[in-house]
Amino acid sequence: MPTKPIGQEFLKGVWSENPIFRQLLGMCPTLAVTNAVVNGFAMGMATTFVLLFSSLVVSSIKNLIPKQVRIASYIVVIATFVTMADRFLQAFFPAISDNLGPYVPLIVVNCLILGRQEAFSSRNTVGRSLVDALGMSSGFVLGLLVLSSIREILGSGTFLGTQVMGDWFKPWTIMVLPPGAFITLGILLGLVILIEQKSKSRR
Amino acid sequence: MELLAIFITAIFIKNFVLFYFLGICPFLGVSKKLDAAFSMGLAVTFVMTITAVVSWMINHWVLLPYNLEYLQIVSFILVIASLVQLVEMFIRKISPPLYQALGIYLPLITTNCAIMGLALLAALKNYNFIETVIFGVGSGIGFTLAIILMAGIREHLDLADVPGPLKGAGIALIVAGIMALAFSGFSGMIK
Repeated sequence: MPTKPIGQEFLKGVWSENPIFRQLLGMCPTLAVTNAVVNGFAMGMATTFVLLFSSLVVSSIKNLIPKQVRIASYIVVIATFVTMADRFLQAFFPAISDNLGPYVPLIVVNCLILGRQEAFSSRNTVGRSLVDALGMSSGFVLGLLVLSSIREILGSGTFLGTQVMGDWFKPWTIMVLPPGAFITLGILLGLVILIEQKSKSRR
Repeated sequence: MELLAIFITAIFIKNFVLFYFLGICPFLGVSKKLDAAFSMGLAVTFVMTITAVVSWMINHWVLLPYNLEYLQIVSFILVIASLVQLVEMFIRKISPPLYQALGIYLPLITTNCAIMGLALLAALKNYNFIETVIFGVGSGIGFTLAIILMAGIREHLDLADVPGPLKGAGIALIVAGIMALAFSGFSGMIK
């Protein structure tokens, strides 16, 4: 297998293979929890934790897992870390845990995490898998932060709970409701493709 | 009356796709053709109903009596994965025509977050057995409705002049947004 430089392995998750904008993976939490920056950030951190540790475990035991039951084994590993993240949030950040509701347990079916195990961790060394997981989750957190910043600023006029828009601003309530999530993400996807096309034609 | 409210809420007001954002992957992936979308909706409704029954039994007969709530995530996902396999084998034996119609969509359902979401939401809302079943059927119909509407719109969208970068997923998401907007009009139906 041709090995890329380690930096590139990290950067591909942030831009060229960004899970949200390029691969359209993990759409459910992306749309559901980005009505406020703090929720988006908490979801990003929880997903990062799960992805990092699942990649660590899967890449270290990849030779022990029989091929036929690999998907089921990955799911058990992922579900274990999701349970840990869920219990941790409930114990230390009950308010955030309430906001996120069923979406923390639902990290277990986030296709991003299972996808990385199947496509990367199961056939690469521990170190490379960790770098890959770190890159992918940075890309995921970045996407969540962009989306939730736009929605919180336009939808409630605040950023992380502090007022940033002046008195003249009337909040666009639609942005914190479900339709705002779909429309914002749709426009962002278009923008990302536009930037990509522009930078290609310049080259 | 209470049951009817749960049913209507699951289909229109808190639609799985447009309100809970669950099952977005098949919603965007399998909504290009109307008949494929219908089969997918049928398969999801079928599995959702069975999942609702089985997850309720596991939750109330095994997990709660022995204080094992922390195993909820692991047990639900394993049950759903094996359930989909079982259903697939069962349908292949019992009804080959149905298997022909649902065939390739069944395995895809394992990773569909709508199924897992259904099990978790039903457990979260503390529904009794009948309510859980109604919730499962209603959610499945709601998903089918959303994906069929989407497929109908997308078949026409092929002929429309969409700006280049928005082609594909971009415009699909914006259409979904407008659909969600329309569906939010139902929220006054039940207090």
